Amino acid sequence: MIDVYSRAGNTADPPSLSPDYRSTVLRAPTRPLVIIPQTLSELTGPVYGHSDVGSGEADLTRQHARMPLGERIIVNGHVLDEAGRAVPNTLVEIWQCNAAGRYIHETDQHPAPLDPNFTGAGRVVTDADGHYQFTTIKPGAYPWRNHHNAWRPAHIHLSLFGPSFLTRLVTQMYFPGDPLFPFDPIYNSVTDAKARERMVCRFDMETTKPEWALGYSFDIVLRGPNATPPDSD
Amino acid sequence: MMKRTPSQTVGPYLHLGLTQGIFGAPEIFSPAVADSGLAGMHIRIEGRVLDGEGVGLPDALIETWQADSEGRYAHPADVRPPTANSFRGFGRCPTAKDGSFYIATVKPGCVPGPNGTTQAPHINVSVLARGVLRRLFTRIYFAGDPANAKDPILALVPADRRDTLLAKPDPKAPNVLRIDICLQGMNETVFFDA
Repeated sequence: MIDVYSRAGNTADPPSLSPDYRSTVLRAPTRPLVIIPQTLSELTGPVYGHSDVGSGEADLTRQHARMPLGERIIVNGHVLDEAGRAVPNTLVEIWQCNAAGRYIHETDQHPAPLDPNFTGAGRVVTDADGHYQFTTIKPGAYPWRNHHNAWRPAHIHLSLFGPSFLTRLVTQMYFPGDPLFPFDPIYNSVTDAKARERMVCRFDMETTKPEWALGYSFDIVLRGPNATPPDSD
Repeated sequence: MMKRTPSQTVGPYLHLGLTQGIFGAPEIFSPAVADSGLAGMHIRIEGRVLDGEGVGLPDALIETWQADSEGRYAHPADVRPPTANSFRGFGRCPTAKDGSFYIATVKPGCVPGPNGTTQAPHINVSVLARGVLRRLFTRIYFAGDPANAKDPILALVPADRRDTLLAKPDPKAPNVLRIDICLQGMNETVFFDA
């Protein structure tokens, strides 16, 4: 049975065990993955689209009575597959901390203020060209207890389905030039330097709105078709 | 060719993005996969996600993907005619503080496998968690189902590890099946690469 989806690109992902990120040590499977063919169960997947998400959910700055504190930004880009084809009508879920580096979550104990005007969660569905855009505020860096003086570089979490079970992706988008990159075990869990750079957005003057918000561009590439052509006979 | 965007962990605050209903947005995901009126054998699958020391993960989330009771997927790649019992087939459940999760659904039917084979009833499962850098993929099969013997995917699993994929009836609760997902340890769950 010929693969419908490429396996070659899987090497971009970090290994399950990345000991500098301590939480992986007891949570990474130790046995090799069992390699299986891509069956109908993997070639199908959940379909969520425009009918599931309100148009206002893409603006994280307008979920409360007032504007949140922080630097307003517009993040946009295309969701593509490895063949460069647009992935239309696919759900993108995002979440992040506020400008001070604090998550509105019961387990976040960082002594930085919550912002009553910022939740930090949103959803958007890509259009027919695979384009998405959301408005938010730039998240802050924050400390975590992985090692002495550990700080996460500013990042936004993104979760995508794509067209099948095999295209599922959860990633983090980072900001250009962050001085914390060399010290972050999660960013560096991706062992290939070029692959790490694909998690960093780019400042985008075209998206930047005068007197309003800075723009950033971030294209997301999901697993795509197997390059091997099918048998012709 | 475009290069893939690498995977990263959901981190400890996954609920903010993946269960947005808790934070005031409309909830579009649920562990209740099948409405009670849907035809089929209604089951509740319960278990825990456990780490290498047998401790439950309080910050994990499982997602399930399955066919309906007649083995049809609600997806354009399944080109067979839809059934009257069609449903979306996707479930999402964050773990509780003790690592426990549940999915309320109907038992899926058999679905086609590669090369003319038939796959036994099964549910595809994704495991996401703090400390999990790339989505883990496993399956839930049903202990005692006669179709398991000819399932082409189970056949690829070493015989002494197949048990980790089998949900088993809870002797104390009707229609409840139990399966733990062990990320490590003696009973480490089988994870797949497709």
